[in-house]
Amino acid sequence: MSTTTAPSAASGSSEPFRHSPPVASSEALRLTPADRRALLHYMLLMRATEERALSLYRQGKVPGSFYDGRGQEAVSVGSAFALGPRDRACILHRDLGAHLIRGVDPGRVLAQMMGRAGSITGGREGNMHFGDRRLGCVGMVSMLPDMMLVACGLALAFQMRGEQRVAMTWCGEGSTANGQWHEAMNVAGVRRLPVVFILENNQFAYSTPNDLEFAVDPVERAGAYGFAGVKVDGNDVEAVFAASAEACERARSGGGPTLIECETMRMHGHGAHDDMRYVPRELFEHWAARDPIDRYEAGLREQGVDTDAMRAAVKSELDEAADWALAQDMPDPATASEGVFADREPVLGDGRAPWSRWEEAADA
Amino acid sequence: MPETTYLQAISDGLREEMRHDDTVFCLGEDIGAFGGAFKVTDGFIEEFGGRRVWDTPLAESAIIGTAVGAAVEGLRPVCEMQFADFIACGFDQLVNVAAKMHYRQGLPVPLTVRLPSGGGFSGGPFHSQNPEAWFLQAPGLKVVAPSTPADAKGLLAAAIRDPNPVVYLEHKHLYRRAKGEVPEGRYEIPLGKARLAREGTDLTVIAYGAMVPLALEATEDMAGARVEVLDLRSLVPLDHDAVLASVRKTSKVVVLHEATRSCGVGAEVAALIAEEAFEDLDGPVVRVSAPDVPIPFSPPLERAVLPQVDDVREACRELLAY
Ligand SMILES: Cc1ncc(C[n+]2csc(CCOP(=O)(O)OP(=O)(O)O)c2C)c(N)n1
Repeated sequence: MSTTTAPSAASGSSEPFRHSPPVASSEALRLTPADRRALLHYMLLMRATEERALSLYRQGKVPGSFYDGRGQEAVSVGSAFALGPRDRACILHRDLGAHLIRGVDPGRVLAQMMGRAGSITGGREGNMHFGDRRLGCVGMVSMLPDMMLVACGLALAFQMRGEQRVAMTWCGEGSTANGQWHEAMNVAGVRRLPVVFILENNQFAYSTPNDLEFAVDPVERAGAYGFAGVKVDGNDVEAVFAASAEACERARSGGGPTLIECETMRMHGHGAHDDMRYVPRELFEHWAARDPIDRYEAGLREQGVDTDAMRAAVKSELDEAADWALAQDMPDPATASEGVFADREPVLGDGRAPWSRWEEAADA
Repeated sequence: MPETTYLQAISDGLREEMRHDDTVFCLGEDIGAFGGAFKVTDGFIEEFGGRRVWDTPLAESAIIGTAVGAAVEGLRPVCEMQFADFIACGFDQLVNVAAKMHYRQGLPVPLTVRLPSGGGFSGGPFHSQNPEAWFLQAPGLKVVAPSTPADAKGLLAAAIRDPNPVVYLEHKHLYRRAKGEVPEGRYEIPLGKARLAREGTDLTVIAYGAMVPLALEATEDMAGARVEVLDLRSLVPLDHDAVLASVRKTSKVVVLHEATRSCGVGAEVAALIAEEAFEDLDGPVVRVSAPDVPIPFSPPLERAVLPQVDDVREACRELLAY
């Protein structure tokens, strides 16, 4: 597995549609051994957090519905790992890994799902419709893919102020059929915005398969909007990272947007209520054999990493997180009408950026 | 004080905010080289350049959506819909993304959306609408509708400086017809404060936007009756105190708007009065508005639908006699 080659070579599963020349030296985009452990850690943390959340849901402690990103961990982790502290993100519903990387604690995620006061939105929002503004995330709305346009606006602000910053957002392949997807692609292309679109093709939009969603693979549309489209194996965390890091470099250096299609599979139902009866067994098994965590973990073990210890650490982090979340109060009903209007200015904080490159940048 | 048109006052207000605060920028269709369909931004691109005066593609969701993103990053976008009617195409970004942002995640969205609204010039069903009531059902949006040049400038400044998304309805009929003295320099008319357009004792007409001058004209000579005209200026927040104070004074109310009737601002004002000032009334609250039909194109049809001077006068006469 190589992190320094272009995404076209990293994946093997599919050929890229179009690939702009590399914008940064491969040296600048390298991963250290600690970075690799971090990639595995965040994938493990995402899965463990969602598994814990699902068991809380089954215990009746999570009101409403439940959605997760099982099988897609490499996408959100690999892409968000490329972000610098001052970059901004609009994170979608299968991308818990991106929240965790940016610095959201698993305990606050569990509290969020349970509608507790100590959660990220204090009970205003449930399951995955959240974003921690203090960590530079503008939380998603349900309507897909509205956040692509919001991300364009973040990028527009960076561009207008002459800042070398990137806005990243995610979308499912289902939402590529919606008009706002096209408006966002067009605006990003026309203004050459420093925005990175991560398209997660997890084979289904709810129950609707690719062949009922589009006539042309959406990654091919990027060229029509005037910018680069890249397709990678979405179950290969380093391939996703390499494509994302390069796209961020391109955006920072004025090279405009990138669309990265990550080919993956949603390994749970659309929500916990969905039995996936529409998924052909062979398809499911094909992807089950390519689990992004198992694959990556095997590689690191070969390199001598004690992944059992990493798993144990994640498990105890989740035990503590769940205890903390369950101890949080429910919100006070008297506050339900508060905060409809703002009386202060917006402030988006910076996110955590665990990639070693940013530590080096800070040290320099 | 110099006399200016309503249109010029909006233009001046926007220009002054842009000169004073370099985070303010405007975006919309044909607002650059052409200066906007109604010329509000005439000369802006020459003064501020193409970055701060962004001629966008024809894409209303993109206009509102990118403005939301820029706003949460600390800029103050002012979006122009070419006609108010086209807000329907950007509605989702406004009511789902912008309006709910602060409630859901504590993130303010200082965004202004300018809506050239209203009929009376054969614009037909898609260039004549008064969509304000759509926004009253979207908590998190503020809604203003100035009726005079001075208010147009001051309310625009307040809208731009407010940390919330504000829908700013500018009535097209007033653009070149409404003239008045406008203070020079920057000033704000606070959001949520109504204005007594004329004091009276016998009946109150509550109106906003282009219906304020219509109300003044219709009730100028009412056979000795002194009719008060209250200009709401802001629909959200609605100035409850001003409405109730006027009802307590005159005890008779006509609510007048150009928008269609059902569940409109008139219905809201009438309900407020019924709840809070029932005992003060000496007659039913009367609504004068467009009926619940699209705005037709042909002049006689359009006149039949939009409130006219005679409709207002008749409604007032009947209520005074009640
Ligand atoms: C505009 C819009 N219509 C309908 C829905 C309801 N809905 C929620 S998720 C979903 C499927 C989304 O599929 P995709 O974009 O591929 O993302 P995935 O859930 O597979 O990650 C649908 C139809 C929605 N959220 N937004």
